[in-house]
Amino acid sequence: MKSVKPLLEVKNLHTHFFTKAGVVRAVDGVSFDVKPGETIGIVGESGSGKSITAMSILGLIPSPPGKIVDGEINFKGDNLLKKTEKQMRQIRGKEIAMVFQDPMTSLNPVFTVEKQMVETILAHEKVTKKQAQQRAVELLNMVGIPDPKKRLKNYPHEFSGGMRQRVMIAMALSCNPSLLIADEPTTALDVTIQAQILELFKKMQKELDMAIIMITHDLGVVSEVCDRVMVMYAGKPAEFTQTKKLFDNGRHPYTTGLMNSIPKITPNKEKLQPIKGLPPDLRSLPQGCSFAPRCNHVMASCLTNDPTLSEVDDNHFVRCLLYEQSKKAVTT
Amino acid sequence: MSALLELKNVKKHFPLKSEKILSRDKPMLKAVDGISLSVKSGETLGLVGESGCGKSTAGRVALKLLEPTEGEIWFKGEDITNYKGEQLRKLRKEMQIIFQDPYASLNPRKTIEQTLAEPMKIFGMPKVERIKRIDYLLDVVGLSSYHKRRYPHEFSGGQRQRIGIARALSLEPELVICDEPVSALDVSIQAQVINLMEELQDEFNLTYIFIAHDLSVVHHISDRVAVMYLGKIVEVGESNELYTNPQHPYTQALLSAIPETNIHKEKERVILKGDLPSPANPPAGCKFHTRCPFAEEICRLQEPGLKTVSEGGQMAACHFAKEVMMEKVLT
Repeated sequence: MKSVKPLLEVKNLHTHFFTKAGVVRAVDGVSFDVKPGETIGIVGESGSGKSITAMSILGLIPSPPGKIVDGEINFKGDNLLKKTEKQMRQIRGKEIAMVFQDPMTSLNPVFTVEKQMVETILAHEKVTKKQAQQRAVELLNMVGIPDPKKRLKNYPHEFSGGMRQRVMIAMALSCNPSLLIADEPTTALDVTIQAQILELFKKMQKELDMAIIMITHDLGVVSEVCDRVMVMYAGKPAEFTQTKKLFDNGRHPYTTGLMNSIPKITPNKEKLQPIKGLPPDLRSLPQGCSFAPRCNHVMASCLTNDPTLSEVDDNHFVRCLLYEQSKKAVTT
Repeated sequence: MSALLELKNVKKHFPLKSEKILSRDKPMLKAVDGISLSVKSGETLGLVGESGCGKSTAGRVALKLLEPTEGEIWFKGEDITNYKGEQLRKLRKEMQIIFQDPYASLNPRKTIEQTLAEPMKIFGMPKVERIKRIDYLLDVVGLSSYHKRRYPHEFSGGQRQRIGIARALSLEPELVICDEPVSALDVSIQAQVINLMEELQDEFNLTYIFIAHDLSVVHHISDRVAVMYLGKIVEVGESNELYTNPQHPYTQALLSAIPETNIHKEKERVILKGDLPSPANPPAGCKFHTRCPFAEEICRLQEPGLKTVSEGGQMAACHFAKEVMMEKVLT
């Protein structure tokens, strides 16, 4: 593999929330990188810290109670954690854009789509209002909204769910970002519409050559669009590798557990093999590996030693004691 | 074998606000527009479709939680369409429902014990028996008896869904309608609840109508599957047969849209154009023709009925069902 300079590098990120009930370690030691033009998937169940990772990158952690207590987020060589709020505002929406899960709550219901799109463009680009309006029409056309000139005058409620998500994507693309963070962008949509939107993501990425961080709980979505995937569990990465490797040869017991939990459409229906138990409380994580209480391969040492992310194979990182002896630990 | 539940040409229309106040014909939202189904005792019938296709309304009409506008509902060989009051109340014991949202369907001010006791109290079970049965039910769904003094907020989503299941089973029903019972749950928890539901079905000989939008979950749990589109059943059949050999273009598109977790399987994807039309103003002719890649003149004019398309009894409502099968256009 060629070594390309990463566009984004997250190093040992720790985002904690200091609540009355205790410290919630939402993100607790996450490291990964995104190369220009590639799609990274972050998968995990609710509470695994995938959305908080994204919000940390964008500098959108509500503080208090949230705080990034440790780590570095290098974007194009600059540490985003050292930027002022004013500088972040220049980056957010222009260099790094975001698409959220629920297009109804992330659009403002009292303004037309045109007003919202033009506002974004004017905030970041030195263009006239006319030019911004022209750009908005082009963008809506690009994301496949029929009759864009007329549709710009509509309010969000006049669009269907799938169309609203297209509007959100158009807005995110308005300043040609080099990184797009999509947080569960198809979760609220029906399958046939989801297929349309995933297709759109692939097409846009090709045309605009941007990197995408796709946050999802759906392994199917990951296999459709991602080049590499990070599986998260309880605020920590469990496994990080190429999509193909993850599906062919997933190593972490949590990854394999997740795959066995999904019903497959095959003629002989086998009983599902769920992961036993419940995800841990992030305020009082168990000592040792946080997955140990639910793991099928748990050993005595898992209950006391917290494994580190180590490279078990070329570009295949796993955080599990099963693989630790023979492999080199990754220094972060 | 006779059917436990049978719907005969059931319709449910909801009146909409008319723009013309004095207009005689009121606009109607045709949520369910003439469906016929029969569910055999002990089987699981899956009901799939996208949001707004009428699958939940169909489930509610079957339970008589909603009055059908037209058509008949038969339960255990009796026409229950016009049952009211006491008659209907007795029937409720035998048909129960599990809801999608385990957060909204439990009363936050009642302990689990109170929630579970309520249906038994209504049907006059003595207190001693009730207490015993609550412990038993909690055990059956994988919770412990010390959980009964707790309130819903003290449980996780998966545990709450287990409580919802325990409540539905408290009166020993024969038929349970499951309305998206696992779609609010994480994958690992979802698998636990699906397994539990399968075990309970075997143990208590339950009949399920399983309503969901997740096609792989429906395939996994169902013996037969019915696919709905804009208030109509467009295809119904034995689940393996329907999934391996779909005859209706909509079923084919739905199945091809599922994101594939097997990365080595290259599949041809049919991406449907456009959105679901509004059920308040459905297209004439075949309701799917506006999005169908094979639509022809006849589809715009005439509505196709369900016809048998395989020896296994699979039925599809498409003018070209047979031809689609022969040509295998999409595979």
